Amino acid sequence: MSSPQTLFEKIWDRHVVRAAAGEPALLYIDLHLVHEVTSPQAFEGLRLAGRRVRRPELTFATVDHNLPTIAADRQVIRDPISAQQVSTLRQNCQEFGISLFDVDSPDQGIVHVIGPELGLTQPGRTIVCGDSHTSTHGAFGALAFGIGTSEVEHVLATQCLWQQKPRTMQVKVNGTLPSGVTAKDVALGIIGTIGTDGATGYVVEYAGDAVRSLSMEGRMTLCNMSIEAGARAGMIAADETTVQYLRDRRFAPKGSDWDQAVAGWKNLHSDPGAKFDRVVELDAAQLAPAVTWGTNPGMVVPVTERVPDPARLSSESDRRSAQRALEYMGLQAGTAMQEINVDRVFIGSCTNARLEDLRAAAKVVKGYKVSPKVQALVVPGSQAVKRAAESENLDQLFRSAGFEWRESGCSMCLGMNPDILQPLQRCASTSNRNFEGRQGARGRTHLVSPEMAAAAAIAGHFVDVRKWEYRD
Amino acid sequence: MQPFRTHAGKVAPVDRPNVDTDQIIPKQFLKRIERTGYGQFLFYDWRFTADGKPNPAFVLNEPKYAGASILVAGKNFGCGSSREHAPWALLDYGFRSIIAPSFADIFFNNCTKNGILPVVLREQEVIELIERAQHPGYQLTVDLEKKRVWDKAGFAASFSIDDFKRKCLLEGLDDIALTLQHESLITAHEDRSRV
Repeated sequence: MSSPQTLFEKIWDRHVVRAAAGEPALLYIDLHLVHEVTSPQAFEGLRLAGRRVRRPELTFATVDHNLPTIAADRQVIRDPISAQQVSTLRQNCQEFGISLFDVDSPDQGIVHVIGPELGLTQPGRTIVCGDSHTSTHGAFGALAFGIGTSEVEHVLATQCLWQQKPRTMQVKVNGTLPSGVTAKDVALGIIGTIGTDGATGYVVEYAGDAVRSLSMEGRMTLCNMSIEAGARAGMIAADETTVQYLRDRRFAPKGSDWDQAVAGWKNLHSDPGAKFDRVVELDAAQLAPAVTWGTNPGMVVPVTERVPDPARLSSESDRRSAQRALEYMGLQAGTAMQEINVDRVFIGSCTNARLEDLRAAAKVVKGYKVSPKVQALVVPGSQAVKRAAESENLDQLFRSAGFEWRESGCSMCLGMNPDILQPLQRCASTSNRNFEGRQGARGRTHLVSPEMAAAAAIAGHFVDVRKWEYRD
Repeated sequence: MQPFRTHAGKVAPVDRPNVDTDQIIPKQFLKRIERTGYGQFLFYDWRFTADGKPNPAFVLNEPKYAGASILVAGKNFGCGSSREHAPWALLDYGFRSIIAPSFADIFFNNCTKNGILPVVLREQEVIELIERAQHPGYQLTVDLEKKRVWDKAGFAASFSIDDFKRKCLLEGLDDIALTLQHESLITAHEDRSRV
């Protein structure tokens, strides 16, 4: 009898093309997603070497990072360098025979939103993209990770990657999540516990009742943030929730192929007794709505707490970086998180811009108006999300409350398009990184869940969404 | 790729942990479609003040670090975005080796694809190097063949790196060509798994 395997090991073993002592494994890649920012130099490399794309039919592209989110600005992008990057992708896809979900496609959207939505993301697949948040796709029981541009070129040319086998970590979230505590709070809670390099060198498998009870959207949010703990990938074994999500999606198998695929997915879980290199356990009941106070996602506290005092941290290096973070963020140690005012609110990004996220935010917003001191933005993750939200009149709800309702794209998550913070502006953001300048030079980012962001937009400061008075 | 065998050069310290790739090269400079010319944007928001003048408080602007080619930094260097523009910017600025107690995975990989040697040393050793790098003109030798780092004043440390990455760096290998030598194995996998 073979020894018990983890989910990761099962997928890994099925994709090893070549393994030799003293070498990394050559791993086959089932799905390659491409966007405009990290691909131009890869295609140029192919051209210079006279190489073709080995499997164009396993390669899909979209434009998301650079795209303006105001409808009138999308066809002709004003920033000439952004426009060139988008048109370069268009030319490359045409030249190399790759499907592109372009700006005018009904399927355009953030690459990590459309992959699952179209049914391209499936259990057991190996999935890569020149983007660190590729970990999102692990929510389906796939092995999905971000790569650099040289590796993008390598996958285009060979459909393979050289990979050193990572270690495995199980993160178990036991119990039931309290009301008002979301997948985002779980992710931030984990990063706050293990640190931004706590999972470096590991593939994380999330397990436990609190994870099992998450929707696919919630699972994607959780896996999305794996990279913020340094993980190579994050994954969650497929179950009935996964199967229901994928059924009838465009690229999902159909008919008897579907039945066969589903039967195969049932075996894609960690066997009882499978060994992980590290196990971390959290109690869901102890988690609370989280707000970051510093300049990396590990600098996070429950909304009911105060900005920590750097002097109380254990190491000199931590004290200095916390002090630096507070200076950058313009915060005083000891300030109650709920007393911090915000200028901007951003609901969007590959972390939190799916229909469920928008519904959750809308529920908070219903019956309220955005604070007159706040500029608030809702950016659906894809055109499909936008259409679905509009069919439920969420756009009207957001608009009449004072939010702007935009076209799909990465928007204010990373400031490569016109949606940016002005210097010193403070933002409650549902995105994934609160790094210095991430949302705009000298901008100040606080990461939160969609519910918490919506509540901050209305109150003008952070509030504990568990105490929110919902108006139906 | 330019091979990396042994490199001797001036050392500059960036004494901060968790230096993310958004700091190494901010997003507004990722829009170019070339691999070159990013050095001018390296650490942009730290190197320059809001009005675009060099920030005298940032270490790389100190005259004694002009021409440095080895960077010593805190743990988890290169975390965050997968942008290969980060190693492109470091290389274009003149850095051939980065020494830190730990690196983010994707960044580490990206360095090795571009002829930059990331070296993991123990935290105490890195602290020692950061201190020594305060002296003007401080130089280190990074030797990939011997997997050792040393200076002329008694500092010496060894490091480990996987044999495959070491070989690729030493020989400046194009790993696509290497992979294509296994074409028949790739085809066999495709037939077997019907992808």
